[in-house]
Amino acid sequence: MSHYAVIVIGTSWGGLEALGTIVRGLPPDFPIPLVAVQHRGRDARPMLAGLLQHVTGLTVSEAEDKDVLEPGRLLLAPPDYHLLVEDGYISLDTGDVVKFSRPSIDVTFMSAADTYRDRAIGVVLTGANDDGAVGLRRIADRGGMAIVEDPAEATSPVMPAAALKAVPHAAMLPLRQIPRELVRLSGGTTRRRPA
Amino acid sequence: MTLAAAPITYDPEIERIEITLLLEGIYRHYGFDFRSYAYSSIRRRIWKRIEAEGLPSVSALQDRVLHDRPTMERLLHDLSVNVTAMFRDPEFYVAFREHIVPHLRTYPFVRVWHAGCASGEEAYSMAILLHEEGLLDRTRIYATDMNEIALQRAKEGIFPLERMQEYTQNYQRAGGRSTFSEYYTAMYDGALLSRQLLRNIVFSQHNLVTDRSFAEFHVVLCRNVLIYFDRTLQARVHELLFESLATFGVLALGAKESLKFSPFEPCYETLDATAKLYRKVHAACPTTPSS
Repeated sequence: MSHYAVIVIGTSWGGLEALGTIVRGLPPDFPIPLVAVQHRGRDARPMLAGLLQHVTGLTVSEAEDKDVLEPGRLLLAPPDYHLLVEDGYISLDTGDVVKFSRPSIDVTFMSAADTYRDRAIGVVLTGANDDGAVGLRRIADRGGMAIVEDPAEATSPVMPAAALKAVPHAAMLPLRQIPRELVRLSGGTTRRRPA
Repeated sequence: MTLAAAPITYDPEIERIEITLLLEGIYRHYGFDFRSYAYSSIRRRIWKRIEAEGLPSVSALQDRVLHDRPTMERLLHDLSVNVTAMFRDPEFYVAFREHIVPHLRTYPFVRVWHAGCASGEEAYSMAILLHEEGLLDRTRIYATDMNEIALQRAKEGIFPLERMQEYTQNYQRAGGRSTFSEYYTAMYDGALLSRQLLRNIVFSQHNLVTDRSFAEFHVVLCRNVLIYFDRTLQARVHELLFESLATFGVLALGAKESLKFSPFEPCYETLDATAKLYRKVHAACPTTPSS
């Protein structure tokens, strides 16, 4: 059983490809529940879940209110709602936009940090604004794990660069190495308990 | 930017105690019951108010809220902010025209309950739809909300001019049969919705958490309201909505809500899974919980 209870991932521009790379690298029985927030237009068709489902054995769906956080599952924040992490499930919220965004990555990350404290992992990927930086800082301050895609290799470096500025000691990794790091943090492959 | 969260040094256990006490105090003094709201969501809204008031703690907010009604009103506004739009989720209205309107035509008189109508955008949208379908004259829409100030705005029916372009697009995508601008008059400070629409809408205060069912309806709209409740409270409110529906009445939920955590799921048939339209098929549901 992993120490970590949730992984929250934030991205905007270039996010579909980046999320695809992450989920392709995770096994279907990956033990830590995953939540991803990608900025999308309010009228975006619910294609993202279908596209990601094609490349992963994880169960991918656009979140509905009170959906349960469980192993092997990736929940995507739906357009036009904030997604908040509760203890064991998620809640949706149609409150005001934050930094022009709903869903807001910061809102999801803050709730993950305050609900799970040092048992949350935050991952900031490619993106064209600084959403996620404040939330990632919160995760780090609560003793959780902060991971940022190397801005030098990101499709759009703004979001990861802002996250690194807010959390200088975050683990900076090329995108393709992030799944392996998540597997390691989940207690898979690289760490075996003696019998 | 404001954090809308406790300072990092704040003890989360103490925060939880304080929030519990704050909500208990509000319930006892003002009668608004937020005690079973989804925690992360209400915590964020409480901190937004604490920061806006320049206060250091939840306890400090409690002190002010209990002794100063205007502070309570501001907090109530924060706790009930629910951003909406006219014809929000246009495809919902398309589905409503397709699946529900033909059924409503079979009734001589139609009662609609819009539960949690906030400032009224969606109630007016429904009135426009029913008008275009020739049903408004024999329909009464009861639009309720717990927030008096929001209801006041709903009754005024004045919405920001700068949103009319968005609403016009929504209206067209929602299957509108006319021109959206026919339904409002542009004034220098806003768009005044046609008073004709108001003839068959009754705005009044009702609290889903503390008030009872008050009539039997053919349609109950409760969209993006239950998301603020925890699962226990959701189940209770589902019971209220179920009781308020006539047999074969229609329940409409928000785009990201469903019946899957409701004990009343077996009592409905799904009319449109995407538009979240359900029909009550069992008059007395066998699985009625004992809550």
